[in-house]
Amino acid sequence: MTPLLSVQGVTKRYGTHIGCADVSFDLYPGEVMGIVGESGSGKSTLLNCMAGHLPPDAGQVVFDTRSEGPKDTLAMSEPERRMLGRTDWAFVHQHARDGLRMGVSAGGNVGERLMAVGARHYGDIREQATDWLERVEIDAARVDDRPTTFSGGMQQRLQIARNLVTGPRLVFMDEPTGGLDVSVQARLLDLLRGLVRDMGLSAIIVTHDLAVVRLLADRLMVMKSGHVVEAGLTDQVLDDPQHAYSQLLVSSVLQV
Amino acid sequence: MADYNFAYLDEQTKRMIRRAILKGLAIPGYQVPFASREMPMPYGWGTGGVQVSAAVLCPDDIFKVIDQGADDTTNAVSIRAFFERTAGVETTTATAEASVIQTRHRIPEEPLSEDQILVYQVPIPEPLRFLEPRESETRKMHSLEEYGLMHVKLYEDIARHGHIATSYAYPVKVEGRYVMDPSPIPKFDNPKLGDMAAIQLFGAGREQRIYALPPYTQVVSLDFEDHPFEASKADQICGLCGASDSYLDEVIIDDAGGRLFCCSDTDYCTGRRAAGHQGPAFPGSEVAA
Repeated sequence: MTPLLSVQGVTKRYGTHIGCADVSFDLYPGEVMGIVGESGSGKSTLLNCMAGHLPPDAGQVVFDTRSEGPKDTLAMSEPERRMLGRTDWAFVHQHARDGLRMGVSAGGNVGERLMAVGARHYGDIREQATDWLERVEIDAARVDDRPTTFSGGMQQRLQIARNLVTGPRLVFMDEPTGGLDVSVQARLLDLLRGLVRDMGLSAIIVTHDLAVVRLLADRLMVMKSGHVVEAGLTDQVLDDPQHAYSQLLVSSVLQV
Repeated sequence: MADYNFAYLDEQTKRMIRRAILKGLAIPGYQVPFASREMPMPYGWGTGGVQVSAAVLCPDDIFKVIDQGADDTTNAVSIRAFFERTAGVETTTATAEASVIQTRHRIPEEPLSEDQILVYQVPIPEPLRFLEPRESETRKMHSLEEYGLMHVKLYEDIARHGHIATSYAYPVKVEGRYVMDPSPIPKFDNPKLGDMAAIQLFGAGREQRIYALPPYTQVVSLDFEDHPFEASKADQICGLCGASDSYLDEVIIDDAGGRLFCCSDTDYCTGRRAAGHQGPAFPGSEVAA
């Protein structure tokens, strides 16, 4: 089977400081990969390099495109990469405000990606937007309300709807549950798990919350100081951590 | 006038502006940056249009200025006086006689011909500005032809008002490529932008941009399949000349709430009245309510 995303030797330096160093892995269709580590371990740098937001200093990010098969996204032309960012890829930001247009209604936010790929029928766009609001458990009556009137959890769900409306195959998530209280987190995780399974999405989730990866991820990578120190099946890594840092990370989880 | 160089600007500046105009004509709808000069009038009074006019004026040109369609409002009077003084060109209020027409927010009702130039004053040349505040990003969107966001604005209009409520500065697509802000002309004038015989030049002084439409350019107003573009105007006839096909201003005429609809294009209205047409507000008939 061809991997959906194949990352090879991705390195990003900030001057002499290392962002992430020599990271390689393959992600297969339908698989969810978790990346965990403490703050400053290079998780977000790696995610931004893969999603094309940051140019890495070395390495390849090969994506299995629909039309032309595996292709290095870093060598793509910019229009091609941005097109990919609007269609087959999705990016869920930690802060919903970074991923939403706060001055535009919920329906407009969801419809933007549709219009960006050429939808020009108002009725159809609105119907799809309403449908997606319902799928992320937002009342369809709020389709014309601005995200500023939404709670944090609703904003995050709206951001997810906006990203999934074009049926992407790969979703990048940067701390999708960060900043939400635990009950809202649980609901969001439940929703995400359902969507990932139903749509057969592949996802890369960056988080420092081990509970999130335990629930969502099939595989796990542990990062420290820009390096991957351990990788494997989620349950395997969490139940039997081998690297000293992974052991520390697992033992630091608060037990209630 | 010996005190000023012809048309106020020095020759090097005019050359620089002409280069920008030529580039703009070569790439219809593309915003060409230019080194806008300080003019002896405030920004927002048409400094961009004045610079473009200064660059295209010749001593034997006949110049007309309109402000919201009228020849006799502040902006029109002051700019006309400015060029009378600094260029000594002949001025007129008759659309057909003028060779260069500087306009603020209207296109004359009378069709223009191939030997005329229409110069627009533009406050904000970037159609995506209020949707995407970053200039670096909007430039990228123009260069990569990513115009989905423009439809988000129209979507919002329909979602909020039930129809496309944008009534001026209505975005257009030029020759299937660049999305352009036609300056705040009413959308009633949008169909006149396309296929026009005259050259259309757009100057934004504060924003330092010039763009242009060469004659007979294809200009399409953006819309949705199920909410097509509609050139709208007040559903009345002109109280002075009785015209039903021209864009109308609503004027309050007394303290009792009396209103009068009349042509915004004063030259068109005057011409029709001279030809014997009479509207319902004329002495002897009732004021149109």
